Amino acid sequence: MTDTLSISLAPSQSEKFRTRVLPFLIMAAVLVVIPLTGPSRTTYSLLNAIGINMVFALSYNMLLGRAGLLSFGHAVYFGLGGYAAMHAMQAIETGTGLWSIFPVFALPLVGFAGGALAGAVIGWPSCRRAGIPFAMISLGLAELVAAAGFMFTSLFGGEEGVSGDRMNGPELFGLSLGPINEVYWFIAAWTLIGTVAMFAFTRTPLGKMGEAVRDNPERVEFVGYDPQRVRYLIFIFAGGFAGLAGGMAAVNYEIFTPETLSVIPSGFVLLMAYVGGIRYFAGPMLGAVLLTYMQSNLSDFTEAWLLYLGLLFMMIVMFAPSGLAGVLVSISQGLQSPDRRDILGRWARYAAGALLAFTGIVITIEVAVRESSGFGEVFEPFGFALAPDNPVTWLLALGLVGAGGWVMRSSGSDKEEASS
Amino acid sequence: MSTPALSIRDLTKNFGPAEIIRGVTLDIPPGERHAIIGPNGAGKSTLFNLISGLHRPTSGSVHLGSQKISGRKAHEINRMGLSRSFQVSNIFANMTVRENVRCAVLWSLGTGYSFWRNIGNLKHVQERTAEVLETVGLIDKASLPAASLPYADQRTLEIAITIAGGADVILLDEPTAGMSHSETERAVALIERATRGKTLIIVEHDMSVVFGLSDRISVLVYGEVIASGPPEAIRGDAKVREAYLGDEAEDSPMVEGAA
Repeated sequence: MTDTLSISLAPSQSEKFRTRVLPFLIMAAVLVVIPLTGPSRTTYSLLNAIGINMVFALSYNMLLGRAGLLSFGHAVYFGLGGYAAMHAMQAIETGTGLWSIFPVFALPLVGFAGGALAGAVIGWPSCRRAGIPFAMISLGLAELVAAAGFMFTSLFGGEEGVSGDRMNGPELFGLSLGPINEVYWFIAAWTLIGTVAMFAFTRTPLGKMGEAVRDNPERVEFVGYDPQRVRYLIFIFAGGFAGLAGGMAAVNYEIFTPETLSVIPSGFVLLMAYVGGIRYFAGPMLGAVLLTYMQSNLSDFTEAWLLYLGLLFMMIVMFAPSGLAGVLVSISQGLQSPDRRDILGRWARYAAGALLAFTGIVITIEVAVRESSGFGEVFEPFGFALAPDNPVTWLLALGLVGAGGWVMRSSGSDKEEASS
Repeated sequence: MSTPALSIRDLTKNFGPAEIIRGVTLDIPPGERHAIIGPNGAGKSTLFNLISGLHRPTSGSVHLGSQKISGRKAHEINRMGLSRSFQVSNIFANMTVRENVRCAVLWSLGTGYSFWRNIGNLKHVQERTAEVLETVGLIDKASLPAASLPYADQRTLEIAITIAGGADVILLDEPTAGMSHSETERAVALIERATRGKTLIIVEHDMSVVFGLSDRISVLVYGEVIASGPPEAIRGDAKVREAYLGDEAEDSPMVEGAA
């Protein structure tokens, strides 16, 4: 009798397949299909960076989204894992001992071990506390480790960092890892492995108790678990997967510098996870795609791209705290709801308002940036000269922001209700 | 005489200069349903917090069976077979009802901190979860988010989490607080069903619940037990009437709910 009950409680087989297996099959298929489109070298290097950042952002979300731990120093584990892989790569090159039979393809495992070890050492004191103390400790440790990175030259290579050559040691799957399209297969494989492994982790008793600790650490104690231990174990895994991403980066870039340990990449991974949506497993992956793309391509269009990144982050925090994934989910829910005409109309108005306001902000930023650093260069979108000393420019910018804000306001309050 | 299920000896607790618990001694035999009553601020919840390990006693000891539990951490005490509920619903709000109960059965089923097993494949976990949900009558709401449950159902879930680990000694802190009359009746029936054969200690303001449910009642006033005995003896105890009901409540019967 209990048998039938438990079956009725759990999701059906087909539902399990749809939500837990199918997405990964699609992901694998996409990864396989991409090279068939004949990407350029630039595209390949962008894709490789995206893969690395996906794994990194997912590992960060093991802490923030799943266990409720806000870390400002997650790049420490990415960097230490990457350095471990880098030194292993050098050992493979010189062929010392067992390293002579270690394939470069498996270096992310070394990265995982390095990141997990660092997590085990650093997490021991820092996981005793959650909340603000944890965040502050993580920030302090990030500064500490980054400073140490510049000081201990033999280990971290000083300013130049540690570099290596990936075309050594035994080849796996017939990949020499020389040309970038072969590196793509390496990155694709480890992105898939990392993603599947981290998803599987969320389904384990430890992963579930992590969510319980996030929701209510006090109650966790009264169902027999030690919340500190839960946090610590999850922290080690998060460090390990960050190190895995570091190992992928080591093979991809063949160099690691102490900057990779610093608070700047630590902040970037926070942005990726949050912009993508920390409440959804796939959220950080979306964030990794968007932000890596912005990082590499937006900088070609405008030197003010970091301002846009900051703007995007603020917009997400203020208007869509569940991130891109949350926006996508509410759009798909809106499409399925009976009064979708109404909802879609409202969203279209909202989006139009946002676009107006955004155009105004873009004009402000671009005119200002050109004036301050472009030696009097004038911003000329579509042939309209918008000179900084022309009042029309500023009226236009202000007018657009104001109009956009008004349109958003008139449709915004309803949207909150619809998406909540 | 057999060892008491729970034995409290000279327990005290000070918060700074304030003495909240002032030398409580209490033996609760296995299988007894014991109610702790007393006016607001008497220290009932603090007593629960001391027993369950949320706070450390200033002095004195608590034994669970023959093992000393005072001074241990809350999760260790829970593993030894003492489980408690909270006065304010203390659940995992972002999880479904089923996940809430599942979290509460994991440790007792020996799953520990394992990260190499898929929770969906642990058959005994699913079975025990379903069993608990059925006992408390939440099985139809199993896949709802816990935060979306109506108040009375959240209180039921609170009890479900408390009993799910199979502890032998159950502490319930005001399980019917804020419930309507019919909800209270249902909750009492549930408590009787769910704690059958176990030792129950309950803090409660609703006197009809207290006198209907308990084998023995202890009255806590200003951190001291002023009387302890079967319901009839407590009802007639002059000291209790005076201390507990206060002067102005002379004629208000103890059968009225305080919530």
